Amino acid sequence: MFSNASNFVHGVDLAFFIITGISLFFLITLTAMMIFFVVKYNKKKGIPAVQIKNNSLLEITWITIPMILVLYMFYIGWEGFIPMRQAPKDAMEVKAIGQMWKWTFEYKGNKQSDTLVLPIHKAVKVNLISKDVLHGFFIPSFRIKEDVVPQKNNYSWFIPGELGDFDLYCTVYCGVNHSFMTSIVRIVSQNDYDKWLATLNEKKPDIDNKGYKVLEKNGCFTCHTKDGGKSVGPSFESLYGSTIEVATNGTSRKLVVDSAYIVSSIIDPNKDIAVGYPQGIMKSYKGIVKEEEFKLINDYLKSIK
Amino acid sequence: MSNGTSKIEYVSYLEHQGKYEGIFSWIFATDHKRIGLLYMYAIITFFFIGAILGLLMKIELIAPGETIMKPQVYNGVFTLHGILMIFMVVIPGLSAVFGNFFLPILIGAKDVSFPKLNRFSWWIFIAGSIMAVASQLMKDGPPDTGWTFYAPYSTSTGTNVIMATAAAFVLGFSSILTGLNFIVTIHQMRAPGMKFFNMPLFPWALYATAWIQLLATPIIGITLLMLIGERLFAIGFFDPTLGGDPLLFQHLFWIYSHPAVYVMILPAMGVITEIIPTFCQKQIYGYKAIAISSLAIAGVGFLVWGHHMYTSGMSENARWFFSLLTFIVAVPSAIKVFNWISTMYKGSIDVKPPFLYALSFIFLFIIGGTTGLLLGSVATNVQVHDTSFVVAHFHYIVFGGMGFAFFAAIHYWFPKMYGKMYDYKRANIAWGIIFLGFNLLYFPQFIIGIEGMPRRYFDYPIQFQTSQIISSIGGFILVSGLILMVFNLIQGARKGKLAPANPWNGSTLEWQIPSPPSLENFDEEPVIKKNPYYYK
Repeated sequence: MFSNASNFVHGVDLAFFIITGISLFFLITLTAMMIFFVVKYNKKKGIPAVQIKNNSLLEITWITIPMILVLYMFYIGWEGFIPMRQAPKDAMEVKAIGQMWKWTFEYKGNKQSDTLVLPIHKAVKVNLISKDVLHGFFIPSFRIKEDVVPQKNNYSWFIPGELGDFDLYCTVYCGVNHSFMTSIVRIVSQNDYDKWLATLNEKKPDIDNKGYKVLEKNGCFTCHTKDGGKSVGPSFESLYGSTIEVATNGTSRKLVVDSAYIVSSIIDPNKDIAVGYPQGIMKSYKGIVKEEEFKLINDYLKSIK
Repeated sequence: MSNGTSKIEYVSYLEHQGKYEGIFSWIFATDHKRIGLLYMYAIITFFFIGAILGLLMKIELIAPGETIMKPQVYNGVFTLHGILMIFMVVIPGLSAVFGNFFLPILIGAKDVSFPKLNRFSWWIFIAGSIMAVASQLMKDGPPDTGWTFYAPYSTSTGTNVIMATAAAFVLGFSSILTGLNFIVTIHQMRAPGMKFFNMPLFPWALYATAWIQLLATPIIGITLLMLIGERLFAIGFFDPTLGGDPLLFQHLFWIYSHPAVYVMILPAMGVITEIIPTFCQKQIYGYKAIAISSLAIAGVGFLVWGHHMYTSGMSENARWFFSLLTFIVAVPSAIKVFNWISTMYKGSIDVKPPFLYALSFIFLFIIGGTTGLLLGSVATNVQVHDTSFVVAHFHYIVFGGMGFAFFAAIHYWFPKMYGKMYDYKRANIAWGIIFLGFNLLYFPQFIIGIEGMPRRYFDYPIQFQTSQIISSIGGFILVSGLILMVFNLIQGARKGKLAPANPWNGSTLEWQIPSPPSLENFDEEPVIKKNPYYYK
C-alpha cells in the first residue's frame, strides 16, 4: 500500500490516511445531515419550527469526542515525524548547497555535482547550506522537506529504498527564477555509485584573479554569466568595450561599456538598464563593493572581453 | 428633531441631510452605517482587482513555461494579489463593513463609541491603500517578495519593499483603531437590559476579533518597521550576514499573521450564526458554547503561529508544542459547526440566497478546516507545506470561509442597508456558478499539492498540467459568477422592489427598525428582556 521510496513514506502516509479518513467521515456525515435537514424540515412542508432546549450531555459529547480525536491525530503525526529528526551517527554526509537559483551537491573530497546521486539502502544525511536567501529542500517522493537557512545548520536525512530518478524542488520563494531551482535525485546501486563518484571532478580552484574573487564574493555570477549565457542580467563575456542599448528614465540610448558605466551600474543599477532586462531586480552595491575593488572588477571584465 | 415633540420624523440614513453635502457627506460622515458602506465599496473594488490578478496567474499557469508574462511579472502579481486580498480585503472585510454597519444596531446603540475615530480609521485605511497602489508604480518596480515578506530576500531585493511594508503598517492602524472602537462600544453602548449573555452572536464574534486586532496588530507593525530599518540602515535584525536571524522575522510575522486568520474567520462565523436561526426560524442551538468558543479560538489562536514554520529548522520541542495547540484549536471550530447543524434540526427551513451561502460556507469550511489538520500534523506537514496544498487550504478558509460569509452577509442584510430587494432567482444562479467555479479552481490544487507541486511557481513539471487546466477553467467560472452576483446586487439597489422592515422574519434588533434605518437607528432606546434568538 505504501511506496518504498524512502524510510519515511510509511509514517507520513499512515498519518495522512488516518487524518484524511477522519476528515472525510465528518465531511460526508455533516454534509449529508445538512442536506437531509434542508429537505426534511423545509418550510414548504408547512410544519412550524420546534424550539429545542439545549442538551448538556450532547454538548459535552461533541466536545469530548473531537478532543480525543485531535489528540490522537496529533500523536500519529508526531510518531511519523520524529524519526526524521534522528539521523544515524554513521550516515553518509552530503552537502546540499542552495544558491539563487541552483542546487549544488558536495561530496566528500570536495567533489561537486548538479544532481544528487546516492546509493540505495544507505542512510544519508544532507546538510543544508544556503549561500544567500532562504531556500527549501523538498523531495516529494521521499516525504522530506526542510528549509535551507543561511548560517543555520539545518539537515535532512533518509534511506532511499527504490532505484530511479526523483524530483527535487526549492519550496521557499527565493526570487525571480525560484521555479527553475529544481534538480534530480538519482538513486543507484552501490556499485554504480562508486563508479560515478570516481569520475566526479573535484571543484575547480577559483580562477586566480582578484576581480573574479570580488564578483564571486558578492554573488554577481548568480545573475550575470561569464560565458555569454543568458540569465537575469547581461552576461559579463564580451561586455567591456561593446556598444549596448540602455533605457535611461524611460528613453533608450546607446552607449559604450566603459569603466565609468560599470561603476555606475554597481552603485546605481537602475539608472541605465540594458534593454531587454527587467528593472528593479538588482540592488545598489554602493558601500558593499569598495572603491578599490572597482578597478579589480574592470580589469577582470577587460580580460574576458 | 421636529419642534421638541416626542415623535421623530423618519428619514433614512441615506437621505439624511447633515453638515456636508454631496460627496463630502460621505467622506466626512461619522455615521457608522455610511462608514460601513464606504468600506464596502472600497473593499469590493480591491477584491475585484485582486481577483483579476488571480485570474492572470491562472492564465499564466495554464501551461508550463511562459504563457502570458515573465517570471518577474508573475512574482509581482502574486505579491500584489496577496497584499491586496489579505491586508485590504479579508482582514478589514467583515468587521469594517458589517461590523460597522450592524454592531451598533445589534446591541441597540445609536453609533459606535467614537464616531470620529471611526471616520479617522476609514481615512487611514484609504491612505494605506493608496500607498499599496503606489508601491506598484514607483520606479524600482513592484515588490516581488510574496505577501509574507520573508527575510533575507525581502531585505536584499531591489524592488519597492519599503513602500509596500509601510502600506501594511499604515493599514494596521486602521485595524487597531477599529478594534478599540468596537471593544469600547460593546462594553459601553449596549441597550438597557442587554447583558453579555443575551447579546447576539455576531457582536460576540466581533468582540473576540477586536481583541485580536488590538493586541496582535502592533506586532506586525513593529516587525515591518524593523524590516524597513534593516533595508535602510543594514541594522542586522534578520539578515544573517549582518548577524541577524531570518527565523526571528518568521516568528514575529506569524505571531500577528496567524491570529489575523481569526480576524478574518471569527466574524465570518458570527455572520453564519446570525443567518442560520433566521432561516430556520429557530433559536440558535448552544448559544453559550458558540459565544465562548469565539473567545477560545481567539485565545488559543494566539499560540499556534509556529505551525507555519515546522520545516524552518525550529527545535523539536517547538514543533510538537505548536502541533498540539494547533490540533486543540480545531475543537472550538468543530463545536460551532455542530451547533449550526443542530439548529437546523426540526426547524422550518427557508432556502433563500443568504442561507445557500451559509450552507456552502459550512461545507467549504469543513474542507478548509480538516485540510488544516493535515497541515497541523508534523508528519504530513513535511509533505504538503509550501505546496499548492497550502494555497488550496487557505483559499478554502479565507475565500470559502470569509468570502462566502461576506456574500452571505451582503445578501442577508442588503434589504436593511438599501431598503430594496435583489432578484432571488438571479442570486441563486450566481451562487451556483460561484460554488462550482470555486471548487473547480481550488480542489485540484489539493491533489497536485500532495503530489509535490510547490507554491509560488511560475513554471512547473508537465505532470501537473491537467489539474492546472481544470483549476484555470474554475477561475473563469468563478469570476463570471462573481460578476453576475454583483450585477444582481447593483440592479437590486437601483431598481429593486422596496423591502419591508423584516423580510426574513428575523428576531434580532436590526429587523425591528425600518429599512433603511434612520440616522440614529432607534426612535427610542430599546429595552432588552430576552434572548436575541427568540422565536415563538
